[in-house]
Amino acid sequence: MLMKLNNIGDSGVVCDFGDEVNQLINDNVIKLFQYIKKEVAIGHIQGILNFTPSYNKLIISFDPTITNTKNILDFLNSVDFSKLNSALDRKEWTVPICYDFEIDLTYISKKLKIDRNDIIKIHSKTTFYIYMIGFVPGHPFMGDLDPKLYLNRLETPRVKVPAGSVGIVEKFCNIYPYESPGGWNIIGRTPIKLFNNKNESQPCLLSPGDKIKFKSISKEEFNNFKNEQ
Amino acid sequence: MNSSFFKVLRAGVNTTYQDKGRFGLQHFGIVAGGCMDQESFLLSNIILNNKKTEGVIEFALQGPLLRLVKGKTKIAITGNVIFKIIHLNAKTIDGQCNRSYDLEEGDMIDILATKESVYGYLSVKGGFNLQPFCNSVSTLAKGQIGPNEGKKISNEDSIFVKNNNIDKKNFSISRILESSNLIRILKGPQYKYFSKDSQKKFLSQNYNITNLTDRMGMRLEGAALKNVVSSNIRSEGITKGAIQVPADGQPIILLTDHPTIGGYPKIANVASVDYDLLVQKKPRTSILFKCIELKEAEQLYNEKQNKISKIIKNIKEIN
Repeated sequence: MLMKLNNIGDSGVVCDFGDEVNQLINDNVIKLFQYIKKEVAIGHIQGILNFTPSYNKLIISFDPTITNTKNILDFLNSVDFSKLNSALDRKEWTVPICYDFEIDLTYISKKLKIDRNDIIKIHSKTTFYIYMIGFVPGHPFMGDLDPKLYLNRLETPRVKVPAGSVGIVEKFCNIYPYESPGGWNIIGRTPIKLFNNKNESQPCLLSPGDKIKFKSISKEEFNNFKNEQ
Repeated sequence: MNSSFFKVLRAGVNTTYQDKGRFGLQHFGIVAGGCMDQESFLLSNIILNNKKTEGVIEFALQGPLLRLVKGKTKIAITGNVIFKIIHLNAKTIDGQCNRSYDLEEGDMIDILATKESVYGYLSVKGGFNLQPFCNSVSTLAKGQIGPNEGKKISNEDSIFVKNNNIDKKNFSISRILESSNLIRILKGPQYKYFSKDSQKKFLSQNYNITNLTDRMGMRLEGAALKNVVSSNIRSEGITKGAIQVPADGQPIILLTDHPTIGGYPKIANVASVDYDLLVQKKPRTSILFKCIELKEAEQLYNEKQNKISKIIKNIKEIN
C-alpha cells in the first residue's frame, strides 16, 4: 500500500495513493479517511479541520495556530494500514429513479446504437460505488458504469439541470443535488433529497465509500415520494 | 423574550452572518467557509470581550444601515470602515474602527463603505441570536446553509441580539493595517506542470485582481501560464488559498467559500500569513507573488500570531 505524502502550502497535506481511478485504490483512500475521521472525533489528533477523499487522494487541512505540517505527517506515517477496517461504516442504498425524466436518452441511444430500454436495464442493474462527494454539498461521484455506456461530456453544458437529475459521463454516474449548470448526459431523475440543510446529525444522506443501486419508479411514484425530514 | 434587535434599513452589497467556519464536513461537499478576514473577525469579538468564536456580521464594500428598534446594545466594527453612529437623542458621530460604542433604542449605525479594502465586521456584545447549523453560524449562500435560511441579510430583516446590554465600559485596541501588495506563496502540488518561463513570469510579474472576485475565488489577469503537462488533473480536495490555473492560463485563487473538489492544476498556495491581507485587496489592485519555503511560512505565521496576541494584550479601556 503505497502512499506519498506532501505538504499543500502551510496548512494542508496530501496523501496520494496512485494515479489510477479504481475501487481498489479508492478503498485505501476511504480506509484512511474513516480512520482520521474517528481519530479527530475522539480527540486523538488536534487541529485537523477537514479531510477530503477523492478518487486517489486524501487531502487534509489543518489550523496552523494549533498544529503544523510535521505533526500531521508524523501522525500519518504512524498509521498501520493493516489494522484499518475497510467495512467500517459503509452503507448500501437503494435510490429510486424515474427514467421518464431523462433528457438525453434518445441522443444516447442513437449515438451508442443501444435501445433505450437496454440502457435503462444496464444502468439499473449496476451496483455503484461512491468514490467521492463534493464540489457542491451532497454531490456524489459514482462508478463504474458498463463500458457499453461510456460517453463524453456534452459539448455545450446546459445552463440549468433540474435538482435530482442523474447523469453519466465515461465510467461515472452522478446525481445533481441542486438545480445547477451541468455537462453530463441526463438519463433520469431521483426524488431523493441528497442534502438536508435542516438535519444536523446527517446533513448528507450518502458517504464516500457507500454503494448504491438505482430502482426504477413511475412518474406517479416520483410525484408521491416523501423525503424523511 | 427581552432581547434587543435591529431592523435592516439597507442591507448592503454582500452582508452575511459568519464565524470561524464549519469544519469536518468537506467530505460531504460542505466547505468550511467563515469570515474572509479571520484576524478582523477575531478582534471584533475581543473588543467586546465576547467568545472568540462568536458569530458576527460580515459586509463587503458597502455595509448595512441598521436601526436598533428595541433595547440597548454595544457594538464594535473592525477592518478599515467608514461609518456613522446616528444617535436618536445626541449628535451623529463619525465612527472609529477597533473600539466599542453603546447604542440606545432608536440609534442607527450607517456603514457607508470599506476603505481601500473589501471586508468589514460588525459584532455586538454577547453575540447575535442565531441558530447554529453543525456548530457554526456561517452563511454558505450557495448551499443555503446557515442562519437566515442560508441567505444574505436583506432589507427589512430583523437582527436579534442575545442579551440586552447593561455594561457601560468601552474598550479599544491599537492595530496597524498592512498595505503591502506582495503576497507570499508556497509552490503548489502541480508547480512543475508549468513551463520554466511561466514559473518565472508567475513570480516576477504583477497580476491584476479582476472584478470576477467574490467569497469563492479571485480571478487574476496577467502573464498567461503555460501548462506543459496536462491542463486537467483528477479531481482532488481543495484547500483555501490554492492558486489554480485553467486552460486559458489565467490564475484563480480559491478563497474561503471554494468548491470542495476541483480538477485544475495548482501552481501555488497562498501562505497563511498573507491570506487575510490578500482577501482585503480590491479588484484592479496589482499584486506580486513571492515564493517562500515551508519553514519560513511557518515562522512568518507564528510571528503574525504573536503580533495579534500583543494587540489583544494591549486592549485599553476608554474613559
